[in-house]
Amino acid sequence: MASWGRRSSAVARRVSAFFTVDKAVQIRIGMRRYPFFNPAVSSALVPRPWPCVINMTSLFLVDRFTSSIAGSQADSRRADDDDNDNNYPAIDFPGGKVTYTTKLRFISGSSGKRIPCYRVLDDNGELLNNFNEVKKELAVKMYSDMVTLQIMDTFFYEAQRQGRISFYTTSSGEEAVNISSAAALSKDDIIMPQYREHGILLWRGFTLQEFANQCFGNKDDVGKGRQMPIHYGSSKHNFVTVSSPIATQLPQAAGVAYSLKMDKKDACVVAFIGDGGTSEGDFHAGLNFAAVMEAPVIFVCRNNGWAISTPISEQFRSDGVAVKGQAYGIPSICVNGTDALAVYSAIHAARNMAVNEQRPVLVETLAYRVGHHSTSDDSTKYRSLDEIEQWKTDRDPVNRFRKWVELNGWWSEREETELRSSVKKQASLMKAIQVAEGRKKPPLTELFTDVYHLPPSNLVEQEKQLRETVNKYPMDFPSDVSL
Amino acid sequence: MLGVVRKKMLGQSLLKIRPAVSVLRSYSSSAKHMTVRDALNSALDEEMSADQKVFLMGEEVGEYQGAYKISKGLLEKYGPERVLDTPITEAGFAGIAVGAAYHGLKPVVEFMTFNFSMQAIDHIINSAAKSNYMSAGQMSVPIVFRGPNGAAAGVGAQHSQCYAAWYASCPGLKVLTPYSSEDARGLLKAAIRDPDPVVFLENELLYGESFSVSDEVLDSSFCLPIGKAKIERVGRDVTITAFSKMVGHALKAAEILEKDGIDAEVINLRSIRPLDRSTINASVRKTNRLITAEEGFPQHGVGAEICASVVEESFAYLDAPVERIAGADVPMPYAANLERLAVPQVEDIVRAAKRACYRSVPLAAAA
Repeated sequence: MASWGRRSSAVARRVSAFFTVDKAVQIRIGMRRYPFFNPAVSSALVPRPWPCVINMTSLFLVDRFTSSIAGSQADSRRADDDDNDNNYPAIDFPGGKVTYTTKLRFISGSSGKRIPCYRVLDDNGELLNNFNEVKKELAVKMYSDMVTLQIMDTFFYEAQRQGRISFYTTSSGEEAVNISSAAALSKDDIIMPQYREHGILLWRGFTLQEFANQCFGNKDDVGKGRQMPIHYGSSKHNFVTVSSPIATQLPQAAGVAYSLKMDKKDACVVAFIGDGGTSEGDFHAGLNFAAVMEAPVIFVCRNNGWAISTPISEQFRSDGVAVKGQAYGIPSICVNGTDALAVYSAIHAARNMAVNEQRPVLVETLAYRVGHHSTSDDSTKYRSLDEIEQWKTDRDPVNRFRKWVELNGWWSEREETELRSSVKKQASLMKAIQVAEGRKKPPLTELFTDVYHLPPSNLVEQEKQLRETVNKYPMDFPSDVSL
Repeated sequence: MLGVVRKKMLGQSLLKIRPAVSVLRSYSSSAKHMTVRDALNSALDEEMSADQKVFLMGEEVGEYQGAYKISKGLLEKYGPERVLDTPITEAGFAGIAVGAAYHGLKPVVEFMTFNFSMQAIDHIINSAAKSNYMSAGQMSVPIVFRGPNGAAAGVGAQHSQCYAAWYASCPGLKVLTPYSSEDARGLLKAAIRDPDPVVFLENELLYGESFSVSDEVLDSSFCLPIGKAKIERVGRDVTITAFSKMVGHALKAAEILEKDGIDAEVINLRSIRPLDRSTINASVRKTNRLITAEEGFPQHGVGAEICASVVEESFAYLDAPVERIAGADVPMPYAANLERLAVPQVEDIVRAAKRACYRSVPLAAAA
């Protein structure tokens, strides 16, 4: 396992190893060969973001979906070597060797070609290449959970509209991102969510009743009614409690990963962020730090096109989010978030990289936020109904995956009907919501516990006073709070 | 309000007469001395040695041996995995430390000064302080945020603010303010061992000050309880509460007052949250007069909380209005003469104590 901290001389040595290259190498980008550098020069600046890969030529084939995409992107900018200054050797700046150029040229703010988006299935749910990573049992569970997630979102959204819960956020359009990520990870991987990843909890076994209990804030809520709806958290399921301030989970993820690294665990951290969240300072700090500390974190940016009403064009001017990974020295990929198999295989590969190479990885999933930002939002006010409809029908991840599962003969209409009715009725959603609504709220004691490890004397006193007051003036207090 | 019988409160411990151990250098050759800097360094060293999960992070804590040399020698001894030099991002490393604490490590995060903790305050409040409560006990945060707080000398507005009142207003945090080397050792050890998030406010000007320490203090198992104030000087006539550097000022003021026949009791708060209200109130019930001293801004300050607590619990015992001595209500100026005017001086405390004892006209009557 690579150790992470270095003294400055060791840093210089290591970074210069980073940047040297074997003279005899040629790089193939697409089908064309570029002479990678002038053989007369003893060393050239070569970006090698993954030092353990030995075979240089294999790295830059564009049809490989691994981190080579970031490499080829960078190399296309450096491929023309007419600006290499032949007469001067590389200079040793703190941070590594750099070659000179006498050509005044700015690296363009955007490369001519955008980073391509990795996919496995076409729009009709048919495979474009061979794909063996997902077998029947896994596929059926993935599909069932995606359907359950969709139905669950609809029901809870409606419950909020009926005034039964105060708030809800759906994951419509991103069911594949949720379920496929969860399926590709191990249960020991620690999830640090933003707030649209409850599908992962569903996959890991959080019951519909537990979801309902949290939304209603009743006495059976694992979170003891402390948080507003959708702020789920379960240490049992390795799902860190949702925290409202955006992007705070990113540097925290690096810290958790550091702890895993010290424990030498076969696990990584997976931290989620939206397209809007990448504007926060914590995004920079989290990625930068994770790279420096060589922490095993997968940063998954769910780029769904909208941050409440702010579209991408007003959020950043870069080529999406995947391109930002390279700025931190982090291998990155852009994936079709509406393609369940693409998300599965990308996250699976990212996990292997993170755990085996002990380094951060960035995965950007492209999808569309079909639903409103939350129940407090009406997105028709800032985007067209046609746009929403198109993504909802033509590019629905659940339908696309269903087609593939059915094409394999693993699913049928009958099973579909059975699944949908069982989720909606018996021992499931309707019942869970009714039961959760009917349950009592948490008792008075829970107002005062968990502020500290042990209750301090002032809180013990306050609780006593509160009980006395409630007993003395019961008509002033709600009857559904048990003492 | 005459007629309140002075009574012995809290037993023998209060009546132990001890000389002020603060700025007076002890001349006895048998007493050991230790600077606050060494006290903090030794406390960190011992706690890191005792528990593998404790690690230190901050700007310049490793190779540079600490911006104020508090972490001197620790990188050599424990290696780069346990003493982390961080990039310049307070929000970043506070967040990382909180994440590490969620997963069971025990980070000690150093802010170069607490003024820079403002850039990380979301992580301190919304992540560290509230997580145990919000997660219903599933996520505890055994973290310590430490660093110099309050005014130094000639560093201007953005390097001189005292954050005791800000952090102490937030439930979920514990806020400690050591004064002497004994405080520094005992409270830092307690903070590191505590499973709750602790904000540990040191003082740059105290780092170099030397205090005598007993063998008990030097022992590696030494620990002070969080939430207990210390009576530095027992007195009968007026109570002066102070924390951090102001304890030294209060003790000097007490010496001056003694010459005028006023016997001041000086309380070293040690812990701002939880505040030791019982010790403060017991003292006020004995002396009937209270002066609070602090370096920070007066509005919503620590003195305001103490005054409210005393009025709530011991109003009948007060013979004079409570007075707050605090810093001037302006951002700290740089020029030396202006700076001196903006920070409480010993004479301010002396004058306030005399007013409380009706040796001079009280402020309220002078309006």
